[in-house]
Amino acid sequence: MTTRLVRSVAGLALVSAVISVLIFRLNSPLAAVFELSVCAGLISVIFVTTISFTQRLTPERLEERRKQRFDKYLYLPIILLAVGILLLIFKPRMDFPLPPVPKEQDARNIIWHLRHIDLLGQILVILAGVFGVVILFKEPRK
Amino acid sequence: MVPMLVIVPFFSIIILNLFPRKLMQYTSFICLGFMSLAQVYLVLARPGWFWYKKSELWDSLFTFRYSVDEITLVLLLCIGIVVFISLLAARAMIPDVRQRVNFKNLLLVSLIGMNATVLVKDIFSLYVFIEITAVSSYIMIAMNKNETALEGAFKYLILSAIATIMMLASVSLILLLTGNTSFAAVSTGLGVAGQSFFVRIAIGLFLCGLFIKSGLVPFHAWLPDAYSAAPAPASILLAGIVTKVSGVYVLIRLVTSVFGLDPSMQGLLMFIGAISILVGAIAALTQTDFKRMLAYSSISQVGYIILGLGCGTPLAIFGAVFHLFNHAMFKSLLFVNAASVEKELGTTDMDKMGGLAQKMPVAGISSVVGLLSTAGIPPLSGFWSKFIIILALWQSGRFGYATIAVLASLLTLAYFLSMQRKVFFGKLRGGFENVRESSIGLIISQLILVAITVGLGIFFPLVIPWR
Repeated sequence: MTTRLVRSVAGLALVSAVISVLIFRLNSPLAAVFELSVCAGLISVIFVTTISFTQRLTPERLEERRKQRFDKYLYLPIILLAVGILLLIFKPRMDFPLPPVPKEQDARNIIWHLRHIDLLGQILVILAGVFGVVILFKEPRK
Repeated sequence: MVPMLVIVPFFSIIILNLFPRKLMQYTSFICLGFMSLAQVYLVLARPGWFWYKKSELWDSLFTFRYSVDEITLVLLLCIGIVVFISLLAARAMIPDVRQRVNFKNLLLVSLIGMNATVLVKDIFSLYVFIEITAVSSYIMIAMNKNETALEGAFKYLILSAIATIMMLASVSLILLLTGNTSFAAVSTGLGVAGQSFFVRIAIGLFLCGLFIKSGLVPFHAWLPDAYSAAPAPASILLAGIVTKVSGVYVLIRLVTSVFGLDPSMQGLLMFIGAISILVGAIAALTQTDFKRMLAYSSISQVGYIILGLGCGTPLAIFGAVFHLFNHAMFKSLLFVNAASVEKELGTTDMDKMGGLAQKMPVAGISSVVGLLSTAGIPPLSGFWSKFIIILALWQSGRFGYATIAVLASLLTLAYFLSMQRKVFFGKLRGGFENVRESSIGLIISQLILVAITVGLGIFFPLVIPWR
């Protein structure tokens, strides 16, 4: 709801920090560390760096943005109310049987030995991102 | 040796980018051409040393649990053919060497993403490789960096991001409910969990995400802008195979092997399929831009595939997969025709065209083949797949849906005949005297796709073994 991008990024970092605390409380310290370092740390730094390259809004655009910033949230209370009514009508069953908790495995074993293909996927996404930056943002030499 | 379909292109990206750019335009063309044609050969010839032999060296270094069946082979064949066609079109349509090399890098990433998507048997890995294909698609659409390209890419990005959130939320719920992500374990686990509210939510979220990726009505808003704004080789790739793999194939795989096809899901799929057929066909009738018309036509034809999938009988699913293959071929052909016209005229506005078949006979004749196959006219391949789907619907008592499928074919014929009259036939417009047939790359692409469309149609009873 803020008009300033940097404050939005700070809000995102705060949400990531809270989520990492929740994940830690759910007994997944490694996932909490990833969440904190990547989302609250690295991504916030990337966002702030990118924002530093942009220009500030003109006073007229800023005023227009300030007046309209709540408009997109007008339907949120209505949607929440509708979802609440639907849940009350349908009363979802919460007592479904959960599978047994698996024997604790080392996360390093899971990442490096069981999920090789996902590691390859991560490398490919990074490669695709690099190509994207080169193709879309690099100016051709004159 | 099957993981080579993913590993070889991956190492190719790294090695090729070590070459100087002037050399890389040739090495990347040779490498991509070889890989795509090799993939086609491996599927058609099915050598035992590739499909049944395991490599101990790779197995010790890299664990890739994959599964291969007939549907996988059909998709691998489609991927190989369309990637090759897109490569030939890039040679013709992207004059700047640097841009062309960049496009080929993205094409390699897409190839890996699509190959892995059809090979994996794990729902999380499936999601990862769908996203890899999507990321390379965003960049391809925006490559020209003009306003329409950026707008098209942005629309695709946003709607695809919504699809991503839905699919990831679904994967999380499925992991909670079943404790695993492999297809077999998820299928068993969902059966044990029964038809609880959260099972329905999980399946519903994933299906909605796939409907967006497939461009089905009412989630199709991104598709016409993305297809029409993308550079021609990217349009060929997107329309020919990307939406088929990342949306339609995944839908077929999950519905038949993981979620199961209960009556409510059948009803939903057939309804969405029928709506897509009608809305796509009616919208295509009103278009004046060649590529936008083809985009709406794609929505309509994908509706046939989903209609067949929803019917659920073995004949219907066979028809759906066969129509998926045929659509990849004739839609790629039509987009190559559009690329030929765009290259010579510099526009895709059909109102500014006329009589082009006199100057571009290959494009003219191949577009007729493409349109007749799309409309389901015998003896072309499109006739057989549509006929099988309609027959399956009729045999299972879905007379209403069968009637919609038949009537929509007439609408398809109507908009394509209108396109033919405006673009290729009639009197040659003034100013087009110097127009000539497009480059050799596009001519070869059109001839290959015509040969497949006509050959598969005529020799269909010999190609497809009947049991």
